[in-house]
Amino acid sequence: MSDVILQTGGFPWLTTIVFLPLAGALLLMLVNKAAHHTIRWIALAVSIFDLVLSLPLWSLFDPATSRMQFVEHVAWITSPPITYSVGVDGISLPLLLLTTFLTPFCILCSWRAIETRVKEFMAVLLIMETAMLGVFVALDFVLFYIFWEAMLIPMYLLIGVWGGPNRLYAAVKFFLYTLVGSVLLLVAILVLFFQGGQTFDILLLSRVEYAPALQNWLFWAFFAAFAVKVPMWPFHTWLPDAHVEAPTAGSVLLASVLLKMGAYGFLRFSLPMLPDATAAFTPIMVTLSLIAIIYGAYMALAQADLKKLIAYSSVSHMGFVTLGIFVLNAQGIEGAILQMVNHGITTGALFLCVGAIYERTHSRMITDNTGLANPMPRYATVLVIFTLSSLGLPGTNSFVGEFLVLAGTFFWSKWIAAIASLGIILAAAYLLWMLQRVVFGVPNAAHAAHLHDLNLREMATMIPLVVLVFWIGFFPNPLLTKMHASVNALIEHVDTEELEVAQTTDSSHGARGTGLESRLAARGSRLAAKVVAP
Amino acid sequence: MEYTLIPLLPFAAFLILGLFGHWIKDKAHLVAVPAVVVSLILSVLAFLQVAGGHQTTMPLYTWLTSGDLRISLGISIDRLTVAMLILVTTVSSLVHIYTIGYMQGEKGYARFFAYIALFTFSMLMLVMADNFLQLFVFWEAVGLCSYLLIGHWYERPSACAAATKAFVVNRVGDFGFMLGLLLVWYSFGSLEYRHVFAQAADFAGETINLLRPFGGTWEVSTLTLIGLLLFTGAVGKSAQVPLHVWLPDAMEGPTPISALIHAATMVTAGVFMVARLHPLYNLSPMAMDVVAVTGALTMVLGATIALTQTDIKRVVAYSTVSQLGYMMMACGLGAYAAGIYHLLTHGAFKALLFLGCGSVIIALHHEQDMRHMGGLKDKLPVTYWTFVIGSLALAGFPLTAGFFSKDELLVSAWSSGSLGQVLTVFGLLTALMTAFYSFRLVFVTFWGTYRGGTHGHSHGQGHGGAHDIHEPSPTVTVPLIVLAMLSVAAGYFGIFEFLAPALPGPAAHEVGAHHGPAATIIMILATLMGLTGIAAAYYVYVKSPGLPDRFAQQWQRLYRLSLNKWFVDEAYDRTVVRPTFALADQLWRRVDVAVIDGAVNGVARAVAWSGWLMRLFQSGQTQHYALGMTLGAVVILGVYLLF
Repeated sequence: MSDVILQTGGFPWLTTIVFLPLAGALLLMLVNKAAHHTIRWIALAVSIFDLVLSLPLWSLFDPATSRMQFVEHVAWITSPPITYSVGVDGISLPLLLLTTFLTPFCILCSWRAIETRVKEFMAVLLIMETAMLGVFVALDFVLFYIFWEAMLIPMYLLIGVWGGPNRLYAAVKFFLYTLVGSVLLLVAILVLFFQGGQTFDILLLSRVEYAPALQNWLFWAFFAAFAVKVPMWPFHTWLPDAHVEAPTAGSVLLASVLLKMGAYGFLRFSLPMLPDATAAFTPIMVTLSLIAIIYGAYMALAQADLKKLIAYSSVSHMGFVTLGIFVLNAQGIEGAILQMVNHGITTGALFLCVGAIYERTHSRMITDNTGLANPMPRYATVLVIFTLSSLGLPGTNSFVGEFLVLAGTFFWSKWIAAIASLGIILAAAYLLWMLQRVVFGVPNAAHAAHLHDLNLREMATMIPLVVLVFWIGFFPNPLLTKMHASVNALIEHVDTEELEVAQTTDSSHGARGTGLESRLAARGSRLAAKVVAP
Repeated sequence: MEYTLIPLLPFAAFLILGLFGHWIKDKAHLVAVPAVVVSLILSVLAFLQVAGGHQTTMPLYTWLTSGDLRISLGISIDRLTVAMLILVTTVSSLVHIYTIGYMQGEKGYARFFAYIALFTFSMLMLVMADNFLQLFVFWEAVGLCSYLLIGHWYERPSACAAATKAFVVNRVGDFGFMLGLLLVWYSFGSLEYRHVFAQAADFAGETINLLRPFGGTWEVSTLTLIGLLLFTGAVGKSAQVPLHVWLPDAMEGPTPISALIHAATMVTAGVFMVARLHPLYNLSPMAMDVVAVTGALTMVLGATIALTQTDIKRVVAYSTVSQLGYMMMACGLGAYAAGIYHLLTHGAFKALLFLGCGSVIIALHHEQDMRHMGGLKDKLPVTYWTFVIGSLALAGFPLTAGFFSKDELLVSAWSSGSLGQVLTVFGLLTALMTAFYSFRLVFVTFWGTYRGGTHGHSHGQGHGGAHDIHEPSPTVTVPLIVLAMLSVAAGYFGIFEFLAPALPGPAAHEVGAHHGPAATIIMILATLMGLTGIAAAYYVYVKSPGLPDRFAQQWQRLYRLSLNKWFVDEAYDRTVVRPTFALADQLWRRVDVAVIDGAVNGVARAVAWSGWLMRLFQSGQTQHYALGMTLGAVVILGVYLLF
């Protein structure tokens, strides 16, 4: 085991970080349910404390190794051998930090928006945080599945109890849709258990070579669970409904963290465990990603509801993530991970913005919320910043992620990269057209009286996100450096497994010329093997 | 170190104004102006160092790494860079000063200064870039500033629409730029200029099969493809045909912006890029020809439209389109130095013309239609005389800077080969139109009698009679005077000789024919064209004022074509904009809601229906079960009996 994990020993960082919110939720149970203010402050304090606890991981993390770090390993059930084992590597660390970072904002943005069942709401949010963190750190498949499923319930409650008028339809749709996918995931886990040496250890299972036919079946079982979560086209229709009905905090968590679970699943399970199937189905996955990018953008162009617009833009942006993952090279995968973080920050922030305006005008319709620049200059400024980030303007976080994904894609196929780039033009069109109507022009007379600018609490939720947008935009390298070792190990792992497959599969990229061939060979990636092979 | 300060000072000004503008308010110029002026002084120092033979490239910090991709931000200082630095900081300083008077008392005063400081920073980083990605990053950043500043008066729907249009049209160009950049990295394994340029010659014979994924064969030279893709970006940024449509609409922004961004600096970035990448273009004759022909088309189209526009800013805007075409054509013909020379002189006299327009516009309380002007030369003497100097330079009148640069450009174009000779003819014809429309503007605006006030206050932004028209404050007029001096003096600094060694054309044609008889003939022809154009404008608009209307009547079709800008906007609206929105709407209604979500709900309904069906059999009433049993028995018995 020592070659895949790095024992840090000492303080159980991850367990503390994961379960602290759950402890906070239990603590809330003891508080008088009428004491709304106390409840809010406790929830906020717990989430901030969790964030503070997670920050040392950033500096303690050793970027030189691809091994799992901060590992905790406790036998849980002996037969079947289920263990409580957690750890992080360069792929999960950014997502873990993203989760601890965003939860306090979800609590802050619900400060005034939620006035009914405050205690239950805050408890659900905190339980949700535990489940999400658990997904990213679990190293045992059963443990992973428990967290994965546990996530559904708080989210179902968030939408179904505190949601909009059509909340039940949206909540049930969300629940059933993701549950159907998860059931197949469970089947796949059981198959892996029996085929992979009677273990649920994710790292051990990743080192087993499965028969190609089995890999194909498992790939689609994983796909069912992960593609729904991402969501990949055409399994995306639950997303706009869920977003529209969910309270702001629910939308933020949904967009920022839950959607990342699917992509994380592909990276953590599909690629390492099923390299042959991944390589074989790459063209399909890339095609679906491309459709998501373009189709999602077109959908966003047609929306009159701000939340739906952003929901469809998520479909488009997550298309870049899955595209980056399945082009299977360093730029693509690192771009995809960075893009997950970026999408979490930017889209989360956009939902916060929509939530803020909804609290004022009680409408999410673009036509009801126009001309905000004049009455709400602070709001207009942050909305413009997040929108520009969302459309991938250089200097903001999203540009770096999209650029890396496109660079990785370009190596895979120039035409695919060209089509994906069209999504960036469309993004400018639907987002700027939204800005033109919402921020500029003249306020809608019916709502003009309610348009007071962001208050201190709301600014406190926006400013850190603005800082991150520019910080990652200008200094993405510290974040990328954390990923290098893990991503390279992942790619090498996929390469060695599928070298023999590579000889026979397509080589759609038109690399020519001696200089180029040697350069590609020097890249040491599977592409090199493909190009040099006749 | 002082090189880094050149862009960082405006950036610092932006940060201060962006964060504290709320409190600084109408003192914003005290932050922005000194920053930019010091930047100008440092640029002059840098120029002197480079003139002394000093060149340098220095990395600032590692921006991103991934796999074998490694990109640093850095700055590179050479002849082309310092020439651009001087242009940007000079025009920016003057525009900053001008803005004090122009935007006085405006609500968004501090915001405006913050954005132009940000723009100055971005533009300086763009010209100082030492790699393709940095060029792209700041290329989009200047586009952002342009977007924000066009939409400065955000309560006007037309301004917001123009801002969105500018950004989206530029994105279309940047789409090509991005792919070109990726192809550079793919082929050369680096995005740094010096690495790419050093290897460029080795790639001269390389081709890419564009149809390989589809099983076909279409071999295209790698360098040509790179050149064309990158040029797409330049087409957008420098408002070349067919992506020129955003620039005239960009005039919705405040006039200082039109001068700084949409005339002197940002829109020339495309020309700058082609010149900067001359080692690549020189190796691809085909890409160069495309650049040259696109430039020539833009040059002619811009001039024909400028002939009939009545909004003074739009006349100057189309003139900018046309002049950018000149520069682009020169670069495409390998006359990079002449193109950049014209870029620099144009920066001076076109900024002057825009600021002059601005002076007229504030004097007339935001009137922009020249049909409501006239007779302003006595009321606005400084504006008038500086405007005349700018127009003379634009028309290529002898001894002005515009004369020297246009002459250099046309002679270089002629000597570049047969394509160059054809395009030179168009260049000369455009020179005629240029002189005509620029003096049409002068005569209609400043000569004759004042025609304002007759339409009363019906325009909303009403203005009084001729009596309260007076010259704006010195912060407005002093920049005009400085720019007027530069519009003449820039011809005597030896700019062309300074640039020529740094920007060699393709090895195939030596640009040495500058002193032959052909050169003299072109010079004489160009001068004649300029003078004829001015004389014609004088005859048509001063001597016989009824003539323009008669022309318009006689050649109604041509007149309409020009007045309506060749209907390019209408064509885009019908073929691109409306179909895109219609497609989006139909896709959403008919595919997403009806088919995909319909299928999802269909599955749910099918499950519910089958559940309901099953439930029928589980009613809990004995007689139902008895009926079922009876029916079952009958059916089984029937089957048994029949078969």
